[in-house]
This record gives sequence, structure tokens and C-alpha cells, in this order.
Amino acid sequence: MTIREEQVLERIDRARRSRPRLREDTITLAHGSGGKATHTLIEAVFKEAFDNPLLNRLDDSAGFTVNGADLAFTTDSYVVSPLFFPGGDIGDLAVNGTVNDLAVSGARPLHLSAAFILEEGFPIADLRRITESMRLAAGAAGVDIVTGDTKVVQRGKADGCYINTAGVGVVRSRPPGDLRPGDAVLVTGPIGEHGVTIMLARGELDIEADLRSDTAPLNCLLADVAGACPGAVRRMRDATRGGVATVLNELASDAGLAVVVDEDAIPVRPAVRGACELLGIDPMYVACEGRAVIVVAAEAADAALSALRGHPLGEDAAVIGQVKDDPSGLVLLKTAFGGTRIVDLLVGDPLPRIC
Amino acid sequence: MRFVDEYRDAGKARALAASIASLCEPGRHYKFMEVCGGHTHTIYKHGIEDYLPEGISLVHGPGCPVCVIPMGRVDDAIHIASQPDVIMTSFGDMMRVPGGDGSFFDAKAKGADIRMVYSPLDALKIAQQNPDRRVVFMGIGFETTAPSTAMTVLRAAAAGVTNFSVFCNHVTILPAIKAILDSPDLRLDGFIGPGHVSTVIGCRPYSFITDDYGKPLVVAGFEPLDLLQSVHMLLAQLAAGRSEVENQYGRVVPWDGNAKALDVIGRTMEPRPYFEWRGLGFISHSALRMRDEYAAFDAERIFDIPGGRVADPKACQCGEVLKGVLKPWECKVFGTACTPETPIGTCMVSSEGACAAYYNFGRFTRERVKEATR
Amino acid sequence: MCLAIPGEIVEIMPDRPLAKVDVTGVRRAVNIGLLDGEGLAAGDWVLIHVGFAMSKIDEAEAKATLTLLEGIGAAYDDEIDALRESGID
Repeated sequence: MTIREEQVLERIDRARRSRPRLREDTITLAHGSGGKATHTLIEAVFKEAFDNPLLNRLDDSAGFTVNGADLAFTTDSYVVSPLFFPGGDIGDLAVNGTVNDLAVSGARPLHLSAAFILEEGFPIADLRRITESMRLAAGAAGVDIVTGDTKVVQRGKADGCYINTAGVGVVRSRPPGDLRPGDAVLVTGPIGEHGVTIMLARGELDIEADLRSDTAPLNCLLADVAGACPGAVRRMRDATRGGVATVLNELASDAGLAVVVDEDAIPVRPAVRGACELLGIDPMYVACEGRAVIVVAAEAADAALSALRGHPLGEDAAVIGQVKDDPSGLVLLKTAFGGTRIVDLLVGDPLPRIC
Repeated sequence: MRFVDEYRDAGKARALAASIASLCEPGRHYKFMEVCGGHTHTIYKHGIEDYLPEGISLVHGPGCPVCVIPMGRVDDAIHIASQPDVIMTSFGDMMRVPGGDGSFFDAKAKGADIRMVYSPLDALKIAQQNPDRRVVFMGIGFETTAPSTAMTVLRAAAAGVTNFSVFCNHVTILPAIKAILDSPDLRLDGFIGPGHVSTVIGCRPYSFITDDYGKPLVVAGFEPLDLLQSVHMLLAQLAAGRSEVENQYGRVVPWDGNAKALDVIGRTMEPRPYFEWRGLGFISHSALRMRDEYAAFDAERIFDIPGGRVADPKACQCGEVLKGVLKPWECKVFGTACTPETPIGTCMVSSEGACAAYYNFGRFTRERVKEATR
Repeated sequence: MCLAIPGEIVEIMPDRPLAKVDVTGVRRAVNIGLLDGEGLAAGDWVLIHVGFAMSKIDEAEAKATLTLLEGIGAAYDDEIDALRESGID
């Protein structure tokens, strides 16, 4: 490498390390995608305004102690279109998503809030359908919806129904988050089913497939893993927006370590693969709503895997990779073809492409 | 998947790689250009370069149809999209490509009705469902995609649809290859030919490359073994002192192309005298526009477009990077004025463009990556 | 530059230049107007690009490519075997 090239690389590294700058003067859809644009928005607007140690960790939930009780607290909003899709609807999504944010923090979810923003003209029958599936989802996860709120906006000012849920849980054992080289990386099931199901359910692509959203509460599954390998779970994340690739990138960059995954080992259902090939999308970036990525100590990998596979939601769980020390902050993929590539964060949502 | 997984076999790849290495003359450096962005994608997605010996480098060519669209045309499209009764429809690829004043996504955020479609036929369907709106399809792509736009226009005409038009930005690959070949400082040993373009134009039109310029060309498929085999075929030609057009992708590409597809393009579109390519400048007869007979479907005539030109900054050296003359980091604006967030030239627009890839991952040499995955 | 993938025709639609195509369990109607005169039928494989069938896949050619690749593989294996044997000496 010449001196000039090194200087150029150094300049780039400086720019990459500096705090991300928000260039846009309006919000675009990319800001909600969970990728680079979302990270920049959070850093440049929310963290700057709300700056505090609990928030700044940007975990799936905030953890704090009240009168000796170790609590986890989280919130999430749901704006899916269509509201009803194969395998679920906005209601169970809103319950499961918040339950999962608590579960990956090692907490037992206790109580949820539910706030509705409804559009004038929205059918009450649809609302009942949504609340019924929320009731069932809460029952399945063992939580109660204990408080809520309703707002109605004028027709045209919202897309039918938006839901916000918040949740508190009691932490049983919060994974410490300190990844170490050699740790095993697991995924709890096939990836990308929710995202592809939603894309197809919108109907614009005219593609038919026998696919269902993977939305599910992960609290029991993850508690089983924690029970099967006590003290060995380093970190858990649910792979939602941005898919497994985004979660892996966050794991690598938070830990300052590399994550190396095996393409062959990543479970992807054929229909998800087919739809992704047709649309030119990488399933690694497609959203899940009932899948988690778990990092455990190498020696606990087998125990964690059999605990996962012993649960109906983890039947297709797999060890997909390993934590390494170099190159720091990077996710590398060993391709099924036998090559290697870097799995980067996307700027926004994966888009169907023709070239 | 049939016709896919068979061509992704790592065992065959290892054997092919060994054979490729044995065909290389010791000490010689080979540079092959894969013309097509789809090939660049395959190379990156499967990590194909890991199978190539040191002495072979693949140069990414100009075949990314959205990356080569000049900023002025993006601005024109956004101008059309911003008219009150317009629905602009586009492939997903186009959504993030920046013009002089933002991208389709930015325009959408400001209120323009821009919708992603999978097929131009879906755009026509939107027009039929919204008779009180004017629906414009952003026509992009090479000869592979132009027939589908042409078929859609013919169908719209047959169905008497009057609220559908095409903003035609279809480009043709041969003039761009010629422009690259005519560059005096070019150092390329051969071409990996665009397989899917060739389903339409066939293999004959490439003969000027082999006959006039003496460079071998192999029309290649898009699975990783297809690409490795094409490199193998190029090396075999060079070793034998041949420069011919060969077809590695016979399962899909007929030697004479698709006459019907060429016919529908010819009926609805004609070559433009010249067209600007981002980073490469003006290239004559390198793009298509709607024929007079189909003026009613030509957004360029229906709408009063500004037609402004946003000049590529003088310092942008995309052309040189594309031709393999300069490394990305040798360009004057690389990493300063031109970054993935604020791309100037085509090589920075696409995430797989040579400059964007180098910006993001240049500090990780292949050796370091391979070491980590061992 | 052009993303196109193979799919199997499961059904030719009557009276319209459309066919239903299957890609590993995912189905979509594609326009087959560019392949007039190819005599497409269910079971044929076509290359799909932006909702159009661009080319009928030639199974014999597909097989020929793979056979050729296997040939290169076999030659390589022989060479490895030869190397191993010479190593033993």
C-alpha cells in the first residue's frame, strides 16, 4: 500500500468514526428502516436531545433498579400495511414485538400498555379483530395489557390504525453483552418470513406464495436457553427491521469484534429464497418478528441449540457463525460458494431491483 | 433452485480455479472487464474473487443502468413526478439515485406520488386504475429491459389508454463499450459479456470488439460457476492467441438473440443522436427515445421538462476508474467531495460500484478477510 | 445490469400471452409475448425479467455446460491423484 493510499484510507476512517451527520432536511422512509439512516437519526436527533446513560446504551430495553427490583422497560410503535396478513395482524405484532424486546433483555415480561391512533372511518369490526388477536397474543406470552390510550385523527391523516405498546418486565438475568472471540452465534429459526409475507401481502408485486409471518412471543423460548446454559448467554437481540444482517452488524460494532457467519448454515425457507431471488433482495436484510440472534460461549453452543430445538418456536434453530477478534466491527459471510464477503449495514430498506 | 444451484457448487469451483491458475502465464497480469452490473453483483455476492489468482483482476464496467443516468435526467424525472396529477412509477433501483436536487425518495418525502413497481405492466395497470391521473413509467435499463417497456407501450396503445407515458432513459451497451475501447490509455485483456442483454441482441453484435480491437469476449451467465468458466474461456483464448466471441451462457442466450424483442424495440423506440452517461460524458447513439408514432406515450413530449444539465464536476474521474486506468483512491475527489452519502460519479452511486466498495471496505484487504474466515 | 432468474411454467393462460411461473414455491404471472412461436408449455423453464419471459431455457445446453465443468473437475482430480501418487514415491 502506498503512502498516498494510506492517507486516503485514514481520511475515510476519520470520517466514518466521526459522529454521523444528518444531511436531510426532511424525514424520508429510510429513516424508519432500521439501517444506517435510522442510526444517524437516533444519534443526531434523539440521543442529542434526551442524552442520558440509560438511553445512550441503545439497548432493546432500558434496565434500572427500583427498590431492589431489577426492571426492564421498553416501547415500540406499529405501522404495518396491510393491517391483516397471513400469520398475523398489527395486533399480535404489537404485543409480540414489545414482549420480545423485554425477553432479549433477559426479562420476564409483566405488563403492557397499548395506545391506538385510529383514522376516522376505521371499521369497529376491524378494531375488534385487532384487539382480539392482542388478547390472544398477551395470553400466549403471559402478560396483561393494563393501561392504554385512544386518539382519533381525521380521515386521510393516518393509515387506518397505528398501535404503540410499552412494556415492563422483571429481569431474571440480563445478558452481560460482553462478546468474546470464539463465542457461537445462533439464530432461533428461518429468517425473513415476516418481511417477505408483508411485501407479498401488499399485492402490488402480484406474487403468490405459501408464506406466513413469523410473529411470535420469544420469552419462553429465550428463557429456556438461559436455563439450559446459565451464565453462558452473552447477548440476545430480536431481528426485526433490517433483518439478521443489521443485528449482526450491531453486535459486531458494539463489541468491537468481528462476526463470521456461514451462508450455508443460515436457515431460509425455499419460498422466502424464491421471492428474494425474484425481487433481487438479500434475505439477510429482511425483517423477522419472531426470531432472535443469540450469542453464547462456545462450550454452551450445543446446550443452547438443543434447548432451542426442544421448543416449537425453535425447531429450525441453527448455529450460524462465530465471534472473532479481527477485523473489528465487521460482519463477514462465508458464502455457500466458498467465497467471502462483507455484510454491511444498508442505508434504508432493501428495495426490489432489476439490475 | 434448478438452473441456479447446479452453478453454485463449491467443489466444481475449486477444480475450475485450479485450472484457471494453470492457464495464467507466470508473471503476467490479466485485466478483464465484466461489462454488466449484474455480474459485479454476482462477483460480490458469492465472493468469486477468492477463487481467482493474484494475477487476474476484474474491472467493473459501465453496466449499471441507474448509475449511469446523469443527474439532469433524474431532476427532469422529479420535475415530472412533482406535477399535481402525476403518479411516477419506477423500479426500486432508481429510488435512491441522486440528481442535482435529491432522489426519488427525497421527492416522495416532499409530496410527489412515486410508486415502486416490479414490471412496467404494473405501471400500466396503475394507469388503468387511475383514469384521472397521469401515470409515467421511468424507463431505465439496457436492451434486456427495453423490450418490456416497448411491449407495455404497445399494449397501452392497443387498449386505448391515454393517461400512460414513458420517460425513456433506456441505454444501449455497445456504444459504451466502444467508448471504453477507444480510450487511448486502456489496458484490458478481454470482456465478460452481458448475458441477459445478449438474450435480446444475441452474440453477433460484439464481433467489432474481437475483430477490430482484438479483445476476446465471452457472453456469461450470472451464477458464480458461469463467471469462473467465462474467465477460464477468456484465458484459453488468450493462451491460444484467439480473440473471438464465445457464448458460455448457451442455456439462455441464443446466438441470434430474440428477434421479437428487437422488433418491438424498433417499432416503438429509436436511437438518440447522443446521450450523456454519468462519469463517461456524451456518447453518440447510446440511448433510445420514443418514436414519433408513439409521441402520445412519450413523457418527454407530454411534459414541459426543464432538460437542465448538471455537469459532472470536472474533478470526477469515474471514466478513468471505469476503464481501470485509475484506482478509486487515485481520483481527485474520492473520499472528499465524493462519498457514498454524497456521490458524484457512477462508481460511487451504486453500493457495488468500484469507488463505493473501496470507500466502505478498502481498508480490509482480501487477505485480512480471508484470514478472519479461515 | 439485469436481474433475471429461471422459473418453471406451471400453466399457460388461455387467450392471453401470460403464463403462471413457479420459482421455488413462489408463483407469478409473467408475460410470454416476447417468446411467440417458441411453443411454450407447462414444464418448460424460462428466464424472467421484470415480469416478462425473455428466453426459453435450453436444457440440453444447460447439461452440456455442467458436463464440461465436470470434465474440468475430473481432470483436476486426476492431477491431484497423480500428485499424491508421485508424493508417495
